[in-house]
Amino acid sequence: MGAGIKTEKLEGWNRPPVIETDGESELLELAMGPHHPSTHGVFRMDLALDGERVVKLKPVFGYLHRNHEKLGEGQSYLASMPYTDRLDYICPLTNNWAYALAVEKLVGQAVPERAEYLRVILAELTRVQNHASAIGFLLQEMGASGTPLMYAFREREKILDLFEALTGSRMMCNYMRFGGCRVDATDTWLNATRKVVAALPAFVDEFEAFLQTNEILMARTQGTGILRPELAVNAGVTGPMLRASGVDYDIRKVDHYGIYDRFKFRVPLGDHGDIYDRYMIRMLEIRESLGILEQALKEIPGGPVMDPKAKIRGFRPKAGEAYGRIEAPKGELGFYLISDGSPNPYRYRVRPPSLINLTVLEDMALGANVADVVLIFGSVDIVLGEVDR
Amino acid sequence: MKTVEEIKAAIEAAVPGAGLEIVPNPSPSAQHSLLLRPESAIAVATFLRDDGELALDFLSNVTGVDWLDKEIAEKVKVTRQVSRPVEGGEPGQVQMVEETVEETRKHVQSGYLEVVYHLFSMAKKHGPVVLRMRTENRTDRVELPSFTPVWRSAEFQEREIFDLFGVVFKGHPDLRRLLMWDEFKDHPMRRDYVDPDDFEYEPTAHDEVLKRAQEHNEKQGLGT
Repeated sequence: MGAGIKTEKLEGWNRPPVIETDGESELLELAMGPHHPSTHGVFRMDLALDGERVVKLKPVFGYLHRNHEKLGEGQSYLASMPYTDRLDYICPLTNNWAYALAVEKLVGQAVPERAEYLRVILAELTRVQNHASAIGFLLQEMGASGTPLMYAFREREKILDLFEALTGSRMMCNYMRFGGCRVDATDTWLNATRKVVAALPAFVDEFEAFLQTNEILMARTQGTGILRPELAVNAGVTGPMLRASGVDYDIRKVDHYGIYDRFKFRVPLGDHGDIYDRYMIRMLEIRESLGILEQALKEIPGGPVMDPKAKIRGFRPKAGEAYGRIEAPKGELGFYLISDGSPNPYRYRVRPPSLINLTVLEDMALGANVADVVLIFGSVDIVLGEVDR
Repeated sequence: MKTVEEIKAAIEAAVPGAGLEIVPNPSPSAQHSLLLRPESAIAVATFLRDDGELALDFLSNVTGVDWLDKEIAEKVKVTRQVSRPVEGGEPGQVQMVEETVEETRKHVQSGYLEVVYHLFSMAKKHGPVVLRMRTENRTDRVELPSFTPVWRSAEFQEREIFDLFGVVFKGHPDLRRLLMWDEFKDHPMRRDYVDPDDFEYEPTAHDEVLKRAQEHNEKQGLGT
């Protein structure tokens, strides 16, 4: 286990005891969703309630299922790239990167310097806007209707404008290619990005000043939805949720994929593993991302954005397989590809962080009130496009 | 990080009779994998998780793969006895001669469902270690042991593979369909899956859809 975690043996099915009822009261079954405003899309939670307390919670998936993986098997490698935008549609560029990384591993493709820098810049911008919106949605679910979310969306809009200027689309970017990026960034774009990044710390300060010590936020989130680090590791939870539980595991630091070993940044860790820690970790990660952005925008070199030797037409990887993963804003996003030498992948698998982070939803929610279930669910930060694929 | 050979040796020292096989990966990623036997898989998995040096506490990814029956054509040289008329002998007199012929023999390698596991270590920050397990066939012997009691992260992913591929995980605490609805019969991610003919075609079908629409309408008794 990582630093500061007890190495307690896990006995298989590791969940807290279900609270027994006193036998007199009746349990109420409640279906929350699929059209509940707090479920971020079409997702259902089947709850069993003893009064206000949750004694059972079963998530029901599949309302947005379109068998993304089967679609990937039926078309060429490159044709799947625009489909990856539709997985986690808040963060299309990190999805692009994860898929490009997996294919580059499969064929042993190198990426030019400038493209690596552009990828880092775009991924960190994505992380900033994802975390800001996640906090905004969390506050929305706490009853702060609209205002905090609009503060977050105001900043997100500036970042989406940058995406649109570079890739042609705000959310369906389809920007990365195997061996680089589709188009080069102009100096005008880089300067505009520098301007946006320079203004972002002021937004974070403002956001923090409003929220950090807000009495309602603290009362609702501290000590609620606690996730123990041992369970988090065993259940494969990744991303800010894992680090809020105090496990030091950031794939940017572990794998050093791309060029992340060149940047100085810290990995913020939580102490209690409750909702407040998850909120706090996202806030701190925005600041770290801004640090990375500053360094990357200062150091970005000239040169091509696409490896001239990269094969585009008649792209047929030799038989073999590869698993590539990145630290997406929501956790470990991985792609696993098996090639049989044909132009289409034999197997195209997405490892969705949103789905796997929901494994512990019941464990966190048992014993909580119904109103807290909404917050616990909101603090996981999921997108249904990725959960159901 | 140990190599696959070292991991195999460590497992075989700890779990006698594990019977592992290395599956090489010729791609530049060089992520070679270990093929487990279903009988000893749980013991191996528990060892990998609890071993101090490997400490593979994080099961990241579980993937189902469908491998269809494969027809393998082999060219074999066959020697057999052939009767030939004797040269210059009386008509009807034969003698046995050995003759070597090249023959193409075909045999069917039966297909199987495969489950691939990608393990990492959060404590030691290494990985991936890739494990695989295979079912005996694709039809009736599709049971594999569940890794959910060892790593909770397999819970939803194994349910997904049960749903989309039809692998039955023994020991899974809650094995239900994950993405398709409960009444659904088939397994859509199998390579030989055929879409059900339940699509309603518009009356003005044209081009390549026309043929499919006509076939569909005939089957449904709707006329053409």
